Amino acid sequence: MIELQDVVRDYGGRRVVDRVSLAIPEGAFCALVGSSGAGKSTTLKMINRLLAPTAGRIRIGGEDVSTLAPETLRRSIGYVIQSVGLFPHWTVADNIATVPRLLAWPRPRIAARVAELLELLRLDPGTYRDKYPHELSGGQQQRVGVARALAADPGILLMDEPFGALDPITRGALESELGLIQQQARKTIVFVTHDIDMALRLADLVVIMHEGRIAQQGTPLEVLEHPADDFVRAFIGSDEIGLKLLTVRRVGDRVRPGIVVSGDPLAPAATLTEALSQMVVRRTDRIPVRDPSGAVTGSVGLSDLLR
Amino acid sequence: MTDAADRRAPNLVLLFLVLAGATAIAASGFVSQAPNRLVSGAPLPLWRAASVPVCASIGVLGAFLVAAAFRPRSRAIAAAVIGAAGALLLLLLDGAGAAAASLAATSPRAARTSLGPAFWIASLCAAFAVLDALQRLSAGRRTRLAAAATIAVLVAVLAASGRLDALSIAREYAIRRGAFVGELLRHCELVLGALVPALAIGTPLGALAARRRAAAGPIFAVLNAIQTVPSIALFGLLIAPLAALGLGGVGPVPALIALTLYSLLPVARNTQAGLLGIDPAVTEAAAGMGMTPAQIFWRVELPLGLPVFLAGVRIVTVQAIGLATVAALIGAGGLGTFVFQGIGQYAVDLVLLGAVPTILLALAADFGMAMAVASLRRSAQ
Repeated sequence: MIELQDVVRDYGGRRVVDRVSLAIPEGAFCALVGSSGAGKSTTLKMINRLLAPTAGRIRIGGEDVSTLAPETLRRSIGYVIQSVGLFPHWTVADNIATVPRLLAWPRPRIAARVAELLELLRLDPGTYRDKYPHELSGGQQQRVGVARALAADPGILLMDEPFGALDPITRGALESELGLIQQQARKTIVFVTHDIDMALRLADLVVIMHEGRIAQQGTPLEVLEHPADDFVRAFIGSDEIGLKLLTVRRVGDRVRPGIVVSGDPLAPAATLTEALSQMVVRRTDRIPVRDPSGAVTGSVGLSDLLR
Repeated sequence: MTDAADRRAPNLVLLFLVLAGATAIAASGFVSQAPNRLVSGAPLPLWRAASVPVCASIGVLGAFLVAAAFRPRSRAIAAAVIGAAGALLLLLLDGAGAAAASLAATSPRAARTSLGPAFWIASLCAAFAVLDALQRLSAGRRTRLAAAATIAVLVAVLAASGRLDALSIAREYAIRRGAFVGELLRHCELVLGALVPALAIGTPLGALAARRRAAAGPIFAVLNAIQTVPSIALFGLLIAPLAALGLGGVGPVPALIALTLYSLLPVARNTQAGLLGIDPAVTEAAAGMGMTPAQIFWRVELPLGLPVFLAGVRIVTVQAIGLATVAALIGAGGLGTFVFQGIGQYAVDLVLLGAVPTILLALAADFGMAMAVASLRRSAQ
């Protein structure tokens, strides 16, 4: 649990973060969203004390971070930044081993962990272990950056627009892999982005920031269904709000049991966007849905999307 | 121009060097002969000073280099040019030694044979031809080192064999054999003695300038001001305050202080540049991973800034070797002693006895440091 209580940060006479209060439950994926200058990155950097709050309190697991040695705190928190910041004079393996070495892990344990993380981030250990950062593509570098942040198995991962500099395809792949990693390893992730769609798709808790303040926080559904004010409505894109609602809702919640039609069934975890898309492709108003066991026991119709 | 046509174009650099060397030999004295060491001598062209086989060999090697310049470029041609130009260099030196020996046999004991403009220019051209060919070979560090060492060893063998002993510079050396080694060592002591405090003071100043923008202005204002004071003036300016402190206004102490002051700017400047050249994302990531400021410095900033920093040390070393000659003026010793004695006595060859080893020392230090920086860059890339 990460708690921010009335956190303020002034910089050069300007209030960059203004009385931000936020509670991020353990294992949650929290997205800090907003346009540039909204105070997202500043808020993030105060969590691992790269910046000190002007006022207010930050607690992790009930403990005030200002009472911990900054280095000890940071070694227990993974940190990924947009410009990656791999150490150019170290190999991929050395880069990933940064925090385990700071924690003085035994060598064999470090080597095993490096190999495990390279596999997790889909980089063949034999090929990539001994390469230098300049020999990697941007996407590969950021994979190594994520592996380095995960190396000592921190409970918390702070990510500052980690995929912002990558092309859309690479970014999409890395985002969905990050989602899988988060589900498997139950990390608490705080993710700074200006991409509202990414936040709605992946986060459990969306925090929309504007001019240093939290404009709204809640689940993606809450934010879409009840935008707090005109800024939030404009930020999430009022024209496409209906389509975005379909994206955050699941087929499983709208299935009509008993009405069985033919065709390839959708999984219950599929989004309503996928269901609508399939209806258009198949030129039909009803798509079969399977239950978690795989049996087709119901379907979802066009009118079900509107309920 | 296509690649193949480019390769077949004549090597204009080599042609120019041969032309310049040949012109110097045709137009100026190869050696000069004087009745004693204090008066300037009469120039003797190559063909009158050297034997027929030596003149013929020099002509053949020159013609070979011209022919090589018109051949399509290849590694074999570049290697042949290195061999021919290197041989030419040694032949010029040996020819000058032999000319001096034969002239000495027919002249009174006080007569001196000095190296003339034709010798210096032709030798320089031959040395440049070797360097140019090494460049064209895109030779690695090992090849360059091997070429430099081979030529240095052969010159040393030639000098040790006694074939150059009749040259005036060698006779000056023979008179001062004992003093020479002492002054050479003193020269190295002055340089190293100034480098150590310059690094100890300049590195933290440069690091401070990189960390705090506000400090950079005043630091470099002072260091730049020091750099603009002419060296002789600085030596002079130090005399009074040091004498007042009881340290002695002359001798090695003011020389070391002046050399240290001159070395501060390049050391501090390159330390700052090395640190500022590091991607800020890298240091941010290092801090974010939980490195302490000391760990960030030793594990990240130092290795990444080292090549630029060492380039500064290289500049400072070469500069200090040159400046240390002036230190002889205030009684600090070093190779400058011979330079100023020579100037005082109008004995050009005594000046050369101080100047040539200084130049060779600077070249060797520069070459050695360049090698070290290159190998670091390679391992740190």
